[in-house]
Amino acid sequence: MSAAGSLAELVVGHPAGADGYVRLDVDADVWTALAQGCAAGAHDLSALWADGGLDGGWMRMALCCEGLRAIVSLRTEAGAYPSVAAHHAPAMRLERAMRDLYGVRPAGLPDSRPWLDHGRWPGRQSDARYEFLTAEGEGLHQIAVGPVHAGIIEPGHFRFTANGETVVRLEERLGYVHKGVEGLLAGADISRGAAIVGRISGDSTVAYAWAFARAVEAALGWTVPQRAALLRGIMAELERLAHHINDVGAICNDASVLTINARCTLQREDVLAVVAACFGHRLMMDRIVPGGVAADLTADGAGRIRGLLARLEETRAEVLRVYDSMPSLQDRTITTGIASPALVRQYAAGGFVGRASGRVFDARKNFPYAPYDQLPFDLKTRTTSDVDARLLVRMDEIVESLKIVGLMLDRLAPGDIRNDGPAPAAGEGAALVEAFRGDVFMSVRIAADGRLAHVHARDASWFQWPLLEAAVEGNIVADFPLCNKSFNCSYSGHDL
Amino acid sequence: MRSFLIDALLKGKATIAPPVAGTAALEEVTRALGERARQRLGRSLSIREIDAGSCNGCELEIHALNNPVYDVERFGLKFVASPRHADVLLVTGPVTWNMREALLRTYNAAPEPKWVVALGDCAANCGVFAGSSAVVGPLADILPVDLHVPGCPPAPIEIVKGLLALIEARPPAP
Repeated sequence: MSAAGSLAELVVGHPAGADGYVRLDVDADVWTALAQGCAAGAHDLSALWADGGLDGGWMRMALCCEGLRAIVSLRTEAGAYPSVAAHHAPAMRLERAMRDLYGVRPAGLPDSRPWLDHGRWPGRQSDARYEFLTAEGEGLHQIAVGPVHAGIIEPGHFRFTANGETVVRLEERLGYVHKGVEGLLAGADISRGAAIVGRISGDSTVAYAWAFARAVEAALGWTVPQRAALLRGIMAELERLAHHINDVGAICNDASVLTINARCTLQREDVLAVVAACFGHRLMMDRIVPGGVAADLTADGAGRIRGLLARLEETRAEVLRVYDSMPSLQDRTITTGIASPALVRQYAAGGFVGRASGRVFDARKNFPYAPYDQLPFDLKTRTTSDVDARLLVRMDEIVESLKIVGLMLDRLAPGDIRNDGPAPAAGEGAALVEAFRGDVFMSVRIAADGRLAHVHARDASWFQWPLLEAAVEGNIVADFPLCNKSFNCSYSGHDL
Repeated sequence: MRSFLIDALLKGKATIAPPVAGTAALEEVTRALGERARQRLGRSLSIREIDAGSCNGCELEIHALNNPVYDVERFGLKFVASPRHADVLLVTGPVTWNMREALLRTYNAAPEPKWVVALGDCAANCGVFAGSSAVVGPLADILPVDLHVPGCPPAPIEIVKGLLALIEARPPAP
């Protein structure tokens, strides 16, 4: 590989900003070499977005490798730039999305179809038919599912091509819940920005609010009291615990084991009730704000949370015992929906999807941020890459999260929970936060008047949705719900 | 598995006592019964949930309705897979342009008489997404709404109180 494609060599002599990211302007050749570096596995593609409009705008790419993070920027020429996906497939949907939203033109992008633009936006209506990819062979039939699904879940379209019971190809079509988030954020003040970002994917509201807060704080040199950092960590782990235990139940429910699901949903409700009593909102929306947190832990909060931790451990252990004792359930999960380790590495898939396929990555560990930089905990991985592995990684992570919350409560000392903001100033900041389903990347550019000039949020789902298509291949149609639930990708977080 | 059963016996039931229907919800549904000469649907309602652009926060709380604490099936409220089986369309989110057609088709697929519930602040007024060019507008601009359940997201107990109003409301005296 050429030297230009090596991130480590490129950033030599360029110090990282307060957020840990090295920022570099590059030319088209270096841009393409870095894209090839992604494809060669030299570094991971973390995000790719357009910023600054068509005239004199930028394409920006966040890259990371061992201990190193960078955001490289390429000035577009009247909106055109060399496609990253032409070399590195994981950039495909990112580039299609940016083309739809901003009109940028990735030269050489192999897929000419729109992605978020369904031909329904005012002034841009189109009746052009969306052409799904083809599958050839005898006896194939198609099954079209969605956007409105049978259960209480978000909308998206799945196009299965099947041979009898076996899925030959699955293609996703997403974008149904596109709400124009980046457009709303441009020009918003910081507090309105925090409220919007906290609703990009409601199930990860704590993680998103935290990522946004950290990016804004880095951009403005805004410090956070120690108590607030610990409270943020406690909230984030409680969010993770609620989803992990709930989704274990949901996976079992899709294999018709309703008793485990009932127990798990009961445990989730216990978490949310404690959270509501401690922080005043069941999902902890709007609790993390730039500069600190908006709600202090109530006086009896620490005791409530410790009681919850004990009950959660009891539930986890019991659910695991029952899961292990049911061969008929494991028959549905073991060897089902394998996400190949090679694809997981290529897509740099985060969260339990990555860790169940041997990818040792967790933003809390790889790019530690307060308070995780001071806490001992283990990163749990598995290698069998199937539904079972994804379920068990989450069970393992529950143990670690319980430990982390306990440690954070031990260290919680009285003090301020929010620092006042500095004077409005221009700045840039980025952050990577580990949400329950994987790393959320957030980049913020603030204008001189203190308003948000541009915000880009990249959900972990961007690099997990494509792997679901691959993981389902060769499985029976009836196992799709199990596979899908074991990924539990966000629609809203992806559709923006 | 036995341990779950023993546990359930020892700990007693988790299900909470039934709340009474929300006052505001009862008033709104009663008004809809009068103004639109709506027909009461009786004690058992089948609900089809439609996410028309939500952040998925409302979905999390709707899910909670089926957990053992709220257990809404005891009230005759059942979530169904097909709009063809539905009496109630429970809609969340600021309606996006990309979901508008699917929402209308789902509405049209549900048999009359049917009720539409706008769940959460986004369905009522688009919430933080108001003003976005990707959003059509509040649900009431697109479908006749019989009941609003406010909140971001509404807590499950508030959703239960709202849905109970659909069962319990009586037409206003002529």
